[in-house]
Amino acid sequence: MPKITFIAHDGEEYTVEAADGSNVMQVATANGVPGIDGDCGGALACATCHVFVGDSWAAKLPQPTEGKELEMLELLDLYAPTSRLSCQIVITDALDGLVLKMPRGQH
Amino acid sequence: MTTVLPDEEIARSLPIDQIDVSKVDLYIREAMHPYFKRLRDEAPVHYCPQSPYGAFWSITRFNDCVAIDTNHKVFSSDASVGSFVLDDATLNPTTEHGLYMPNFLGMDPPRHDVHRKVVSPAVAPENLERLEPLIRQRTQNVLDNLPVGETFNWVDRVSIELTTLMLATLLDFPLEQRRRLTRWSDVVTASPGDGFIDSWEQRKNELLECAAVFQAMFDERKKAAPKYDLISIIAHSPGMTDLTQDEFLGLLVLLIVGGNDTTRNSMSGSAIAASLYPAEFEKVRTNPKLLPGAVSEAIRWQTPISHMRRTALADIEFGGKQIRKGDKVVMWYISANRDERVIERPFDFVADRPNPRHHMSFGFGIHRCVGNRLAEMQVRILWEEFFKRFSTVNVVGDVKRIPSNLIHGYSEVPVQIGK
Repeated sequence: MPKITFIAHDGEEYTVEAADGSNVMQVATANGVPGIDGDCGGALACATCHVFVGDSWAAKLPQPTEGKELEMLELLDLYAPTSRLSCQIVITDALDGLVLKMPRGQH
Repeated sequence: MTTVLPDEEIARSLPIDQIDVSKVDLYIREAMHPYFKRLRDEAPVHYCPQSPYGAFWSITRFNDCVAIDTNHKVFSSDASVGSFVLDDATLNPTTEHGLYMPNFLGMDPPRHDVHRKVVSPAVAPENLERLEPLIRQRTQNVLDNLPVGETFNWVDRVSIELTTLMLATLLDFPLEQRRRLTRWSDVVTASPGDGFIDSWEQRKNELLECAAVFQAMFDERKKAAPKYDLISIIAHSPGMTDLTQDEFLGLLVLLIVGGNDTTRNSMSGSAIAASLYPAEFEKVRTNPKLLPGAVSEAIRWQTPISHMRRTALADIEFGGKQIRKGDKVVMWYISANRDERVIERPFDFVADRPNPRHHMSFGFGIHRCVGNRLAEMQVRILWEEFFKRFSTVNVVGDVKRIPSNLIHGYSEVPVQIGK
Protein backbone atom coordinates (compact mmCIF):
# COMPACT_ATOMS: atom_id res chain seq x y z
CA MET A 1 0.00 0.00 0.00
CA PRO A 2 1.33 3.49 -0.84
CA LYS A 3 2.75 5.53 2.05
CA ILE A 4 1.84 9.18 2.42
CA THR A 5 3.55 11.69 4.69
CA PHE A 6 1.77 14.72 6.12
CA ILE A 7 3.91 17.51 7.55
CA ALA A 8 2.02 19.66 10.01
CA HIS A 9 2.57 23.41 10.38
CA ASP A 10 4.64 22.78 13.54
CA GLY A 11 6.93 20.38 11.66
CA GLU A 12 5.46 17.18 13.12
CA GLU A 13 5.36 14.37 10.52
CA TYR A 14 2.69 11.74 10.14
CA THR A 15 3.26 8.83 7.77
CA VAL A 16 0.30 6.59 7.02
CA GLU A 17 -0.46 3.72 4.68
CA ALA A 18 -3.23 4.39 2.24
CA ALA A 19 -5.54 2.00 0.46
CA ASP A 20 -5.81 2.28 -3.33
CA GLY A 21 -8.95 4.01 -4.52
CA SER A 22 -9.54 6.09 -1.39
CA ASN A 23 -8.66 9.77 -1.33
CA VAL A 24 -6.08 11.58 0.75
CA MET A 25 -8.63 13.38 2.93
CA GLN A 26 -10.23 10.05 3.87
CA VAL A 27 -6.82 8.54 4.64
CA ALA A 28 -5.92 11.50 6.88
CA THR A 29 -9.17 11.59 8.84
CA ALA A 30 -9.34 7.78 9.18
CA ASN A 31 -5.82 7.77 10.64
CA GLY A 32 -6.43 10.73 12.93
CA VAL A 33 -3.92 13.03 11.23
CA PRO A 34 -4.62 16.37 12.93
CA GLY A 35 -5.13 19.37 10.68
CA ILE A 36 -7.26 17.77 7.97
CA ASP A 37 -10.93 18.23 8.82
CA GLY A 38 -12.92 17.30 5.73
CA ASP A 39 -16.14 18.82 7.07
CA CYS A 40 -18.21 18.22 3.94
CA GLY A 41 -17.06 14.63 3.48
CA GLY A 42 -15.51 15.17 0.05
CA ALA A 43 -18.27 17.10 -1.70
CA LEU A 44 -15.98 20.01 -2.71
CA ALA A 45 -18.05 22.18 -0.47
CA CYS A 46 -15.90 23.32 2.47
CA ALA A 47 -12.16 23.49 1.65
CA THR A 48 -11.19 22.13 5.08
CA CYS A 49 -8.85 19.46 3.68
CA HIS A 50 -6.46 22.00 2.17
CA VAL A 51 -2.86 20.80 1.66
CA PHE A 52 0.25 22.00 -0.13
CA VAL A 53 1.85 19.44 -2.41
CA GLY A 54 5.55 18.94 -1.63
CA ASP A 55 7.89 20.51 -4.20
CA SER A 56 9.14 17.37 -5.92
CA TRP A 57 5.59 16.07 -6.21
CA ALA A 58 3.93 19.16 -7.63
CA ALA A 59 4.76 18.21 -11.21
CA LYS A 60 3.64 14.60 -10.79
CA LEU A 61 0.11 15.34 -9.59
CA PRO A 62 -2.64 16.59 -11.85
CA GLN A 63 -3.55 20.25 -11.49
CA PRO A 64 -6.61 21.16 -9.39
CA THR A 65 -9.77 20.43 -11.33
CA GLU A 66 -11.28 23.47 -13.01
CA GLY A 67 -14.58 24.51 -11.50
CA LYS A 68 -15.45 23.72 -7.93
CA GLU A 69 -12.02 22.75 -6.57
CA LEU A 70 -10.33 25.83 -7.94
CA GLU A 71 -13.22 28.08 -6.89
CA MET A 72 -13.03 26.84 -3.30
CA LEU A 73 -9.21 27.02 -3.22
CA GLU A 74 -9.05 30.55 -4.55
CA LEU A 75 -11.15 31.81 -1.65
CA LEU A 76 -8.56 30.60 0.88
CA ASP A 77 -6.22 33.14 2.48
CA LEU A 78 -3.29 30.75 2.10
CA TYR A 79 -4.02 29.71 -1.48
CA ALA A 80 -0.77 28.94 -3.34
CA PRO A 81 0.10 27.37 -6.70
CA THR A 82 0.75 24.06 -4.90
CA SER A 83 -2.61 24.09 -3.07
CA ARG A 84 -4.97 21.14 -3.45
CA LEU A 85 -8.08 19.90 -1.74
CA SER A 86 -6.89 16.53 -0.53
CA CYS A 87 -10.32 14.95 -1.07
CA GLN A 88 -9.60 15.30 -4.78
CA ILE A 89 -6.30 13.39 -4.71
CA VAL A 90 -7.13 9.75 -5.39
CA ILE A 91 -4.61 7.24 -4.06
CA THR A 92 -2.74 5.09 -6.57
CA ASP A 93 0.51 3.12 -6.29
CA ALA A 94 2.21 5.91 -8.21
CA LEU A 95 1.67 8.17 -5.17
CA ASP A 96 3.83 6.02 -2.87
CA GLY A 97 6.03 8.42 -0.90
CA LEU A 98 3.84 11.48 -1.51
CA VAL A 99 4.66 14.38 0.83
CA LEU A 100 1.98 16.94 1.73
CA LYS A 101 2.32 20.02 3.90
CA MET A 102 -0.57 21.31 5.97
CA PRO A 103 -1.56 24.93 6.60
CA ARG A 104 -1.54 26.45 10.08
CA GLY A 105 -5.21 25.63 10.38
CA GLN A 106 -8.13 24.89 8.13
CA HIS A 107 -10.46 27.79 7.51
CA MET B 1 -65.64 23.87 21.82
CA THR B 2 -62.62 23.67 19.61
CA THR B 3 -59.89 21.14 20.06
CA VAL B 4 -56.34 22.11 19.21
CA LEU B 5 -54.58 19.30 17.41
CA PRO B 6 -50.96 18.59 18.24
CA ASP B 7 -48.51 19.49 15.48
CA GLU B 8 -47.54 15.85 14.89
CA GLU B 9 -51.11 15.14 13.89
CA ILE B 10 -51.57 18.26 11.76
CA ALA B 11 -48.27 17.60 10.01
CA ARG B 12 -49.42 14.07 9.20
CA SER B 13 -52.91 14.91 7.96
CA LEU B 14 -52.48 18.22 6.10
CA PRO B 15 -52.52 17.97 2.27
CA ILE B 16 -48.85 18.24 1.42
CA ASP B 17 -49.17 21.36 -0.74
CA GLN B 18 -50.72 23.17 2.20
CA ILE B 19 -47.68 22.73 4.40
CA ASP B 20 -45.96 26.09 4.93
CA VAL B 21 -42.79 25.71 6.99
CA SER B 22 -42.15 29.46 6.94
CA LYS B 23 -44.87 30.17 9.52
CA VAL B 24 -43.18 32.06 12.32
CA ASP B 25 -45.59 30.65 14.87
CA LEU B 26 -43.99 27.23 14.37
CA TYR B 27 -40.62 28.60 15.42
CA ILE B 28 -41.93 30.37 18.49
CA ARG B 29 -43.17 26.98 19.71
CA GLU B 30 -40.29 24.93 18.22
CA ALA B 31 -43.09 23.01 16.48
CA MET B 32 -41.64 22.95 12.94
CA HIS B 33 -39.92 19.58 13.17
CA PRO B 34 -42.89 17.24 12.40
CA TYR B 35 -43.64 19.29 9.27
CA PHE B 36 -40.02 19.08 8.14
CA LYS B 37 -39.97 15.35 8.78
CA ARG B 38 -42.98 14.88 6.53
CA LEU B 39 -41.35 16.96 3.79
CA ARG B 40 -38.06 15.06 4.08
CA ASP B 41 -39.91 11.76 3.79
CA GLU B 42 -42.55 12.59 1.20
CA ALA B 43 -41.64 15.77 -0.65
CA PRO B 44 -37.95 16.63 -0.19
CA VAL B 45 -38.20 19.26 -2.94
CA HIS B 46 -41.48 20.89 -1.98
CA TYR B 47 -43.40 23.77 -3.52
CA CYS B 48 -45.35 26.05 -1.22
CA PRO B 49 -47.60 28.06 -3.56
CA GLN B 50 -48.61 30.72 -1.07
CA SER B 51 -46.99 32.31 1.95
CA PRO B 52 -46.45 35.81 3.32
CA TYR B 53 -43.25 35.78 1.24
CA GLY B 54 -44.87 34.48 -1.93
CA ALA B 55 -44.32 31.05 -3.42
CA PHE B 56 -41.12 29.19 -2.56
CA TRP B 57 -39.42 25.82 -2.82
CA SER B 58 -38.29 24.03 0.32
CA ILE B 59 -35.18 21.84 0.25
CA THR B 60 -35.17 19.75 3.42
CA ARG B 61 -32.71 16.86 3.05
CA PHE B 62 -29.03 17.26 3.98
CA ASN B 63 -27.50 16.17 0.68
CA ASP B 64 -29.97 18.22 -1.35
CA CYS B 65 -29.07 21.33 0.66
CA VAL B 66 -25.37 20.67 -0.07
CA ALA B 67 -26.19 20.30 -3.79
CA ILE B 68 -28.04 23.64 -3.93
CA ASP B 69 -25.49 25.43 -1.76
CA THR B 70 -22.62 24.37 -4.03
CA ASN B 71 -24.41 25.19 -7.28
CA HIS B 72 -24.09 28.97 -7.05
CA LYS B 73 -24.04 29.34 -10.82
CA VAL B 74 -27.73 28.41 -10.98
CA PHE B 75 -28.85 29.23 -7.44
CA SER B 76 -27.92 32.86 -6.95
CA SER B 77 -27.48 34.83 -3.73
CA ASP B 78 -27.24 38.13 -5.53
CA ALA B 79 -29.31 41.01 -4.19
CA SER B 80 -30.01 42.11 -7.75
CA VAL B 81 -32.23 39.07 -8.35
CA GLY B 82 -33.60 38.48 -4.86
CA SER B 83 -32.07 37.89 -1.47
CA PHE B 84 -30.22 35.28 0.55
CA VAL B 85 -33.11 35.10 3.02
CA LEU B 86 -36.72 34.20 2.38
CA ASP B 87 -38.07 37.57 3.42
CA ASP B 88 -37.18 40.23 0.85
CA ALA B 89 -38.45 43.05 3.02
CA THR B 90 -35.45 43.72 5.22
CA LEU B 91 -32.42 43.32 3.01
CA ASN B 92 -33.53 43.95 -0.55
CA PRO B 93 -33.10 47.43 -1.99
CA THR B 94 -36.03 47.09 -4.38
CA THR B 95 -38.73 46.63 -1.76
CA GLU B 96 -40.49 49.38 0.12
CA HIS B 97 -38.62 49.05 3.42
CA GLY B 98 -35.42 47.63 2.04
CA LEU B 99 -32.24 49.45 2.87
CA TYR B 100 -29.46 48.47 0.52
CA MET B 101 -26.49 47.22 2.42
CA PRO B 102 -24.34 45.42 -0.13
CA ASN B 103 -22.49 42.49 1.38
CA PHE B 104 -20.84 39.37 0.06
CA LEU B 105 -23.51 37.01 1.30
CA GLY B 106 -25.79 38.81 -1.15
CA MET B 107 -23.36 38.66 -4.07
CA ASP B 108 -22.34 36.13 -6.68
CA PRO B 109 -18.77 35.74 -7.99
CA PRO B 110 -16.67 37.54 -9.04
CA ARG B 111 -17.74 40.45 -6.78
CA HIS B 112 -18.38 38.06 -3.90
CA ASP B 113 -14.81 36.80 -3.93
CA VAL B 114 -13.29 40.29 -3.72
CA HIS B 115 -15.37 41.21 -0.66
CA ARG B 116 -14.92 37.89 1.11
CA LYS B 117 -11.16 38.00 0.74
CA VAL B 118 -11.03 41.42 2.39
CA VAL B 119 -12.55 39.99 5.56
CA SER B 120 -11.26 36.46 5.59
CA PRO B 121 -7.75 37.09 7.03
CA ALA B 122 -9.28 38.68 10.14
CA VAL B 123 -10.95 35.39 11.07
CA ALA B 124 -8.25 33.03 9.78
CA PRO B 125 -6.45 30.68 12.18
CA GLU B 126 -3.39 32.91 12.52
CA ASN B 127 -5.36 35.96 13.63
CA LEU B 128 -7.55 33.84 15.92
CA GLU B 129 -4.44 32.68 17.78
CA ARG B 130 -3.68 36.34 18.45
CA LEU B 131 -7.23 37.03 19.65
CA GLU B 132 -7.65 33.93 21.80
CA PRO B 133 -5.95 35.15 25.02
CA LEU B 134 -8.01 38.34 25.09
CA ILE B 135 -11.26 36.49 24.38
CA ARG B 136 -10.41 33.97 27.09
CA GLN B 137 -9.65 36.65 29.64
CA ARG B 138 -12.92 38.44 28.89
CA THR B 139 -14.82 35.15 29.10
CA GLN B 140 -13.24 34.47 32.50
CA ASN B 141 -14.43 37.84 33.80
CA VAL B 142 -17.99 37.18 32.67
CA LEU B 143 -18.11 33.71 34.22
CA ASP B 144 -16.50 34.86 37.47
CA ASN B 145 -19.45 37.17 38.00
CA LEU B 146 -22.21 34.58 37.53
CA PRO B 147 -24.29 33.85 40.63
CA VAL B 148 -24.40 30.24 41.87
CA GLY B 149 -27.74 28.84 42.97
CA GLU B 150 -29.69 31.87 41.73
CA THR B 151 -31.91 32.03 38.64
CA PHE B 152 -30.61 34.24 35.83
CA ASN B 153 -31.11 34.67 32.07
CA TRP B 154 -28.25 32.82 30.35
CA VAL B 155 -28.98 34.68 27.09
CA ASP B 156 -28.32 38.07 28.61
CA ARG B 157 -25.63 37.29 31.16
CA VAL B 158 -23.61 34.83 29.08
CA SER B 159 -24.50 34.56 25.38
CA ILE B 160 -25.06 38.22 24.55
CA GLU B 161 -22.34 39.43 26.87
CA LEU B 162 -19.71 37.07 25.43
CA THR B 163 -20.53 37.50 21.76
CA THR B 164 -20.71 41.26 22.14
CA LEU B 165 -17.40 41.36 24.00
CA MET B 166 -15.90 39.23 21.25
CA LEU B 167 -17.23 41.51 18.52
CA ALA B 168 -15.91 44.54 20.34
CA THR B 169 -12.55 42.74 20.61
CA LEU B 170 -12.54 41.80 16.94
CA LEU B 171 -13.48 45.32 15.83
CA ASP B 172 -11.50 47.07 18.57
CA PHE B 173 -14.75 48.87 19.39
CA PRO B 174 -15.02 50.83 22.68
CA LEU B 175 -15.91 48.20 25.29
CA GLU B 176 -18.20 50.45 27.29
CA GLN B 177 -20.37 51.01 24.20
CA ARG B 178 -20.48 47.35 23.19
CA ARG B 179 -24.22 46.88 23.64
CA ARG B 180 -24.74 49.22 20.70
CA LEU B 181 -23.35 46.38 18.57
CA THR B 182 -26.00 44.03 19.96
CA ARG B 183 -28.68 46.59 19.27
CA TRP B 184 -27.60 47.19 15.66
CA SER B 185 -27.42 43.47 15.05
CA ASP B 186 -30.99 43.06 16.28
CA VAL B 187 -32.24 46.05 14.30
CA VAL B 188 -30.87 44.84 10.96
CA THR B 189 -33.14 41.79 10.88
CA ALA B 190 -36.03 43.44 12.76
CA SER B 191 -39.45 44.50 11.52
CA PRO B 192 -42.03 46.68 13.30
CA GLY B 193 -43.97 44.95 16.05
CA ASP B 194 -41.47 42.18 16.74
CA GLY B 195 -40.36 43.78 19.98
CA PHE B 196 -37.19 45.33 18.61
CA ILE B 197 -38.49 48.30 16.61
CA ASP B 198 -41.75 50.23 16.33
CA SER B 199 -41.43 51.56 12.80
CA TRP B 200 -39.39 51.25 9.61
CA GLU B 201 -38.38 54.87 10.09
CA GLN B 202 -36.83 53.99 13.45
CA ARG B 203 -34.93 51.11 11.87
CA LYS B 204 -33.56 53.31 9.13
CA ASN B 205 -32.41 56.01 11.56
CA GLU B 206 -30.65 53.57 13.84
CA LEU B 207 -28.86 51.93 10.94
CA LEU B 208 -27.74 55.28 9.58
CA GLU B 209 -26.30 56.07 12.98
CA CYS B 210 -24.50 52.73 12.93
CA ALA B 211 -23.10 53.62 9.52
CA ALA B 212 -21.79 56.96 10.76
CA VAL B 213 -20.01 55.41 13.74
CA PHE B 214 -18.23 52.83 11.60
CA GLN B 215 -17.37 55.35 8.95
CA ALA B 216 -15.56 57.42 11.55
CA MET B 217 -13.68 54.37 12.85
CA PHE B 218 -12.69 53.40 9.31
CA ASP B 219 -11.32 56.87 8.54
CA GLU B 220 -9.33 56.98 11.75
CA ARG B 221 -7.77 53.52 11.24
CA LYS B 222 -6.96 54.10 7.61
CA LYS B 223 -4.77 57.00 8.70
CA ALA B 224 -3.11 54.97 11.46
CA ALA B 225 -0.61 52.11 11.10
CA PRO B 226 -2.13 48.67 10.33
CA LYS B 227 -3.27 46.61 13.33
CA TYR B 228 -4.95 43.24 13.74
CA ASP B 229 -8.51 44.39 14.37
CA LEU B 230 -11.04 43.79 11.65
CA ILE B 231 -11.63 47.43 10.74
CA SER B 232 -7.93 48.12 10.42
CA ILE B 233 -7.47 44.94 8.36
CA ILE B 234 -10.27 46.04 6.02
CA ALA B 235 -9.05 49.63 5.85
CA HIS B 236 -5.57 48.50 4.83
CA SER B 237 -6.61 45.57 2.61
CA PRO B 238 -5.48 45.83 -1.02
CA GLY B 239 -8.94 44.60 -2.06
CA MET B 240 -10.56 47.51 -0.22
CA THR B 241 -9.49 49.94 -2.93
CA ASP B 242 -12.23 48.31 -5.04
CA LEU B 243 -14.92 48.82 -2.41
CA THR B 244 -17.20 51.82 -2.07
CA GLN B 245 -18.01 53.23 1.37
CA ASP B 246 -21.51 51.75 1.06
CA GLU B 247 -19.94 48.39 0.50
CA PHE B 248 -17.69 48.77 3.52
CA LEU B 249 -20.71 49.45 5.70
CA GLY B 250 -22.64 46.55 4.23
CA LEU B 251 -19.68 44.34 4.98
CA LEU B 252 -19.55 45.43 8.61
CA VAL B 253 -23.27 45.03 9.12
CA LEU B 254 -23.06 41.51 7.72
CA LEU B 255 -20.25 40.69 10.12
CA ILE B 256 -22.04 42.16 13.11
CA VAL B 257 -25.15 40.11 12.42
CA GLY B 258 -23.17 37.08 11.34
CA GLY B 259 -20.97 37.20 14.40
CA ASN B 260 -23.67 38.02 16.88
CA ASP B 261 -27.03 36.28 16.56
CA THR B 262 -25.43 33.06 15.40
CA THR B 263 -22.81 32.44 18.07
CA ARG B 264 -25.13 33.92 20.69
CA ASN B 265 -27.73 31.28 19.95
CA SER B 266 -25.20 28.47 19.73
CA MET B 267 -24.09 29.47 23.24
CA SER B 268 -27.68 29.54 24.49
CA GLY B 269 -28.44 26.26 22.73
CA SER B 270 -25.40 24.62 24.28
CA ALA B 271 -26.65 25.53 27.77
CA ILE B 272 -30.04 24.02 26.97
CA ALA B 273 -28.33 20.89 25.65
CA ALA B 274 -26.26 20.72 28.84
CA SER B 275 -29.46 20.81 30.85
CA LEU B 276 -31.28 18.21 28.73
CA TYR B 277 -28.29 15.87 28.30
CA PRO B 278 -26.30 16.15 31.56
CA ALA B 279 -24.62 12.76 31.06
CA GLU B 280 -23.21 13.90 27.69
CA PHE B 281 -21.82 17.09 29.21
CA GLU B 282 -20.38 15.15 32.14
CA LYS B 283 -18.45 13.09 29.56
CA VAL B 284 -16.98 16.30 28.15
CA ARG B 285 -16.23 17.78 31.56
CA THR B 286 -14.25 14.70 32.58
CA ASN B 287 -12.63 14.20 29.15
CA PRO B 288 -11.67 17.58 27.66
CA LYS B 289 -10.49 15.91 24.45
CA LEU B 290 -14.16 15.55 23.56
CA LEU B 291 -14.78 19.29 23.71
CA PRO B 292 -13.99 20.31 20.10
CA GLY B 293 -16.35 17.62 18.79
CA ALA B 294 -18.98 18.56 21.34
CA VAL B 295 -18.73 22.20 20.20
CA SER B 296 -19.49 21.14 16.62
CA GLU B 297 -22.33 19.01 17.92
CA ALA B 298 -23.79 21.96 19.84
CA ILE B 299 -23.66 24.10 16.69
CA ARG B 300 -25.40 21.32 14.73
CA TRP B 301 -27.95 20.63 17.46
CA GLN B 302 -28.90 24.30 17.75
CA THR B 303 -28.60 25.25 14.04
CA PRO B 304 -28.63 29.01 14.75
CA ILE B 305 -29.63 29.90 11.18
CA SER B 306 -32.79 28.04 10.13
CA HIS B 307 -32.50 28.71 6.44
CA MET B 308 -30.64 30.38 3.61
CA ARG B 309 -32.37 31.20 0.37
CA ARG B 310 -31.31 31.33 -3.26
CA THR B 311 -32.98 32.49 -6.47
CA ALA B 312 -32.93 30.28 -9.58
CA LEU B 313 -31.17 31.99 -12.50
CA ALA B 314 -32.45 29.42 -15.00
CA ASP B 315 -35.02 26.66 -15.36
CA ILE B 316 -33.59 23.53 -13.80
CA GLU B 317 -34.81 20.09 -12.84
CA PHE B 318 -33.91 19.20 -9.28
CA GLY B 319 -34.98 16.11 -7.37
CA GLY B 320 -37.53 15.32 -10.06
CA LYS B 321 -39.17 18.76 -9.84
CA GLN B 322 -39.10 21.57 -12.35
CA ILE B 323 -37.75 24.74 -10.78
CA ARG B 324 -38.30 27.85 -12.91
CA LYS B 325 -36.07 30.85 -13.45
CA GLY B 326 -36.81 33.41 -10.75
CA ASP B 327 -38.17 30.90 -8.22
CA LYS B 328 -37.21 31.24 -4.58
CA VAL B 329 -35.39 28.17 -3.31
CA VAL B 330 -35.00 27.79 0.45
CA MET B 331 -32.41 25.47 1.99
CA TRP B 332 -33.72 24.57 5.44
CA TYR B 333 -30.54 23.96 7.41
CA ILE B 334 -32.66 23.29 10.48
CA SER B 335 -34.18 20.30 8.67
CA ALA B 336 -30.95 19.11 7.03
CA ASN B 337 -29.37 18.87 10.48
CA ARG B 338 -32.23 16.57 11.54
CA ASP B 339 -32.02 14.37 8.43
CA GLU B 340 -31.95 10.76 9.62
CA ARG B 341 -30.42 9.74 6.29
CA VAL B 342 -27.16 11.45 7.18
CA ILE B 343 -27.15 11.94 10.96
CA GLU B 344 -27.91 9.13 13.38
CA ARG B 345 -30.33 10.01 16.20
CA PRO B 346 -30.39 13.58 14.88
CA PHE B 347 -32.61 14.95 17.64
CA ASP B 348 -30.20 13.86 20.37
CA PHE B 349 -27.17 15.78 21.55
CA VAL B 350 -24.34 13.24 21.34
CA ALA B 351 -21.03 14.57 22.71
CA ASP B 352 -18.82 12.04 20.93
CA ARG B 353 -20.28 11.59 17.46
CA PRO B 354 -17.83 9.94 15.04
CA ASN B 355 -18.04 12.76 12.49
CA PRO B 356 -19.29 15.84 14.33
CA ARG B 357 -18.04 18.42 11.85
CA HIS B 358 -20.28 17.05 9.13
CA HIS B 359 -23.22 19.36 9.77
CA MET B 360 -25.11 22.01 7.83
CA SER B 361 -25.06 24.95 10.26
CA PHE B 362 -22.29 26.88 8.47
CA GLY B 363 -23.66 26.18 5.00
CA PHE B 364 -21.42 24.79 2.26
CA GLY B 365 -19.83 26.11 -0.90
CA ILE B 366 -18.51 29.60 -1.54
CA HIS B 367 -20.88 31.21 0.99
CA ARG B 368 -19.89 28.90 3.84
CA CYS B 369 -19.63 30.90 7.08
CA VAL B 370 -16.35 32.80 6.95
CA GLY B 371 -16.26 33.10 10.77
CA ASN B 372 -16.88 29.46 11.52
CA ARG B 373 -13.51 28.94 13.23
CA LEU B 374 -14.01 32.01 15.39
CA ALA B 375 -17.47 30.78 16.39
CA GLU B 376 -16.09 27.39 17.36
CA MET B 377 -13.29 29.00 19.32
CA GLN B 378 -15.70 31.15 21.32
CA VAL B 379 -18.00 28.28 22.22
CA ARG B 380 -14.99 26.11 23.10
CA ILE B 381 -13.51 28.79 25.40
CA LEU B 382 -16.90 29.27 27.06
CA TRP B 383 -17.11 25.60 28.05
CA GLU B 384 -13.42 25.26 28.94
CA GLU B 385 -13.76 28.15 31.36
CA PHE B 386 -17.23 27.09 32.54
CA PHE B 387 -15.99 23.63 33.55
CA LYS B 388 -13.11 25.18 35.51
CA ARG B 389 -15.65 26.96 37.69
CA PHE B 390 -18.91 25.04 37.64
CA SER B 391 -20.17 21.53 36.99
CA THR B 392 -23.83 21.89 36.04
CA VAL B 393 -26.29 24.22 34.35
CA ASN B 394 -30.03 23.60 34.55
CA VAL B 395 -32.82 25.34 32.70
CA VAL B 396 -35.33 26.16 35.46
CA GLY B 397 -38.20 27.85 33.60
CA ASP B 398 -39.78 28.36 30.20
CA VAL B 399 -37.46 29.49 27.42
CA LYS B 400 -38.58 32.31 25.13
CA ARG B 401 -37.69 31.93 21.47
CA ILE B 402 -37.00 34.54 18.79
CA PRO B 403 -40.08 34.90 16.54
CA SER B 404 -38.25 34.17 13.30
CA ASN B 405 -37.92 31.53 10.61
CA LEU B 406 -34.35 32.75 9.99
CA ILE B 407 -32.72 33.27 13.38
CA HIS B 408 -33.20 30.10 15.41
CA GLY B 409 -32.61 31.22 18.95
CA TYR B 410 -33.74 32.57 22.29
CA SER B 411 -34.33 35.77 24.15
CA GLU B 412 -34.74 34.09 27.54
CA VAL B 413 -33.22 30.95 28.97
CA PRO B 414 -33.64 30.97 32.76
CA VAL B 415 -30.96 28.84 34.38
CA GLN B 416 -29.26 27.98 37.62
CA ILE B 417 -25.66 26.86 37.70
CA GLY B 418 -24.01 24.58 40.26
CA LYS B 419 -20.42 24.31 41.51
